[in-house]
Amino acid sequence: MAENLEVGCARPTGGPVGQAPEENDREALQTTKEEPTMIQVGKPAPDFISPAYHKGQFTSVKLSDYLGQWVVLCLYPGDFTFV
Amino acid sequence: MSVDSVFVHKMWDDNELSKMVEGGVPFAMLSDGGGRVGSSFGVYDEDAGVENRGRFIIDPDGVVQGYEVLTPPVGRNVSETLRQIRAFQIVRESKGAEATPSGWAPGKLTLKPGPELVGKVWEVWKTDMALD
Repeated sequence: MAENLEVGCARPTGGPVGQAPEENDREALQTTKEEPTMIQVGKPAPDFISPAYHKGQFTSVKLSDYLGQWVVLCLYPGDFTFV
Repeated sequence: MSVDSVFVHKMWDDNELSKMVEGGVPFAMLSDGGGRVGSSFGVYDEDAGVENRGRFIIDPDGVVQGYEVLTPPVGRNVSETLRQIRAFQIVRESKGAEATPSGWAPGKLTLKPGPELVGKVWEVWKTDMALD
């Protein structure tokens, strides 16, 4: 039976149905999983290029195109979430 | 920037954000499907499949001067971001001759670090200035 999802700000996600992976597999998974590393203040921001929506147009944005200007980069969990 | 596609960004802007901000969102809404950019900044939550609420101030040389990362349910303070940008700009314009103490806001006292100021900050800066 489907259950009602609790509505929050994080996007609900699912996963494969079935047996939990063996302990060994889980360990292997953890070692291959990339550990998130926070960037350092005072160090260059990692450059990137991303698809973008801007004033009615689909375009792309490359961070290094904004050298010479102050940039505020904001990330958020998802469109249509509440905060 | 979020993991949503540019098409969803358009729908969100058309149907909701443009009702909050006349003319819609004035800046680019970036798409980071798969979270690769978020990962490079250290804010992608691999388990949830979404970005955390990260905010980065990047100076004209492309250097990260500050960031803030919040879990999803708590929103940012835009005034604080603007205050920090102004502070970083003052430091940069003065080539480091000026520094902004705790509680600094535009128009308030900056510090001029140097030999004369060592041990004398208490004379010019008071703790209640941190709070207002």
